[in-house]
Amino acid sequence: MANLRDIRRRIKSVKNTAQITRAMQLVAAAKMKKAQDQALAGRAYADQLNQVLVNLTATSEDAAHPLLEKREGTKTLMLVISTDKGLCGGLNTNLMKKVIAESGENTDFITVGRKLRMQLVTLGKELKADFEVKDPIPFSEARPIAKYLTDVFLSGEYDVIQVAFNNFVSTMVQDPHVAQLLPIDADTVGEKQDYEGVGNDEIGETDKAAALAKDYLFEPSAEGVLDTLLPLYVNYQIYQMLVESRASEHSARMVSMKSATDNAKKMIDELTLQYNKARQAAITAELLEITTAMKAME
Amino acid sequence: MLHLEIVTPEKKIFSDTVEDVYLPGSEGEMGILQLHAALVTSLAPGELRYRKGSETVELAIGSGFAEISDNKLTVLTDQALGEDEIDEDAAQKAIERAEKALEGVEAGDKDEQAHLQNAIAVNLAALRLRRKKRG
Repeated sequence: MANLRDIRRRIKSVKNTAQITRAMQLVAAAKMKKAQDQALAGRAYADQLNQVLVNLTATSEDAAHPLLEKREGTKTLMLVISTDKGLCGGLNTNLMKKVIAESGENTDFITVGRKLRMQLVTLGKELKADFEVKDPIPFSEARPIAKYLTDVFLSGEYDVIQVAFNNFVSTMVQDPHVAQLLPIDADTVGEKQDYEGVGNDEIGETDKAAALAKDYLFEPSAEGVLDTLLPLYVNYQIYQMLVESRASEHSARMVSMKSATDNAKKMIDELTLQYNKARQAAITAELLEITTAMKAME
Repeated sequence: MLHLEIVTPEKKIFSDTVEDVYLPGSEGEMGILQLHAALVTSLAPGELRYRKGSETVELAIGSGFAEISDNKLTVLTDQALGEDEIDEDAAQKAIERAEKALEGVEAGDKDEQAHLQNAIAVNLAALRLRRKKRG
């Protein structure tokens, strides 16, 4: 039977831990609500933007733009969006697995978030840049990242730009995902993506045909609209991926902190039971001793 | 009836049927009535005006896009502010900040210049609307 004092000490330390995890849970819950709202609010805009792009590419079939151009090369740059802080369950670990599975020999990395940056460095991967993003994420934070990625793509330094991020499905479910950012694939841009967020609504062949039938007018011109739309589209995709990741982070942290608090409570209950048992045993032993002593004296 | 929808990255600002809409197109202001031909246009920062019943509402919007088809007008913009949402001091300060930043930008950096000029234009549009309303 464990020592009474030891058990008491353990109960105290578990209680302390529970207090901390509970506080973190509450903070994460508050931030989660905001981040989720932000992620969901952005989806309407993303859908509309997608729709316009589909109409545009369907109408002007031979639309040529450097950002749409597919190249032979396979030199890839991957933007990895992870979290700055830990204690969010398996979020970063799962994303890391996905990144390892999807990246090849000639993949370099840039990162947002401290956690996976450190891991990538430890693995000896080539890191090109690192960006810091505030919380909550303003739209303007996406711009420098988009500019950097667009520049290295247009200069020919990299042929493909990918983004690895955690897609927010629900509070309980976050899905690690690697998506191609550049070149923008005009053929698949309207198709339903297997991640939510950008291009949530299904836009099939029929919609493309419908767009063609409508015979859109463009002002100032199809090329002019494309010139402003595509950079915005890239900007917007990055923004949406950032907010999705952030919503995932806070959700995962909330959930894992909640289970930590629950576990701590369970542990306290068990320890209290153990403590009471030990206390009872001690009392019984003491009583026994007294009665035997009395018996002996008679 | 014409259905108007105004969406920004942060939220859906407006979604309802209206009588007519005036947009600040990149080529100049354009009026949209129902049964307008299908059109995609880029927008310049400026004033968007729509009429619902007898009431006219004005919004200061940033740059973006508008798409019209089947009596549905969708406006995608980075910002859309009603008259009472405009913070005059903040807009003034934003303009000063952008102007200062513009001086520091290298001559070759067209992207950065365009971005800052856009920021100035958006805030100017907001200020103009605010001052006009106050008379």
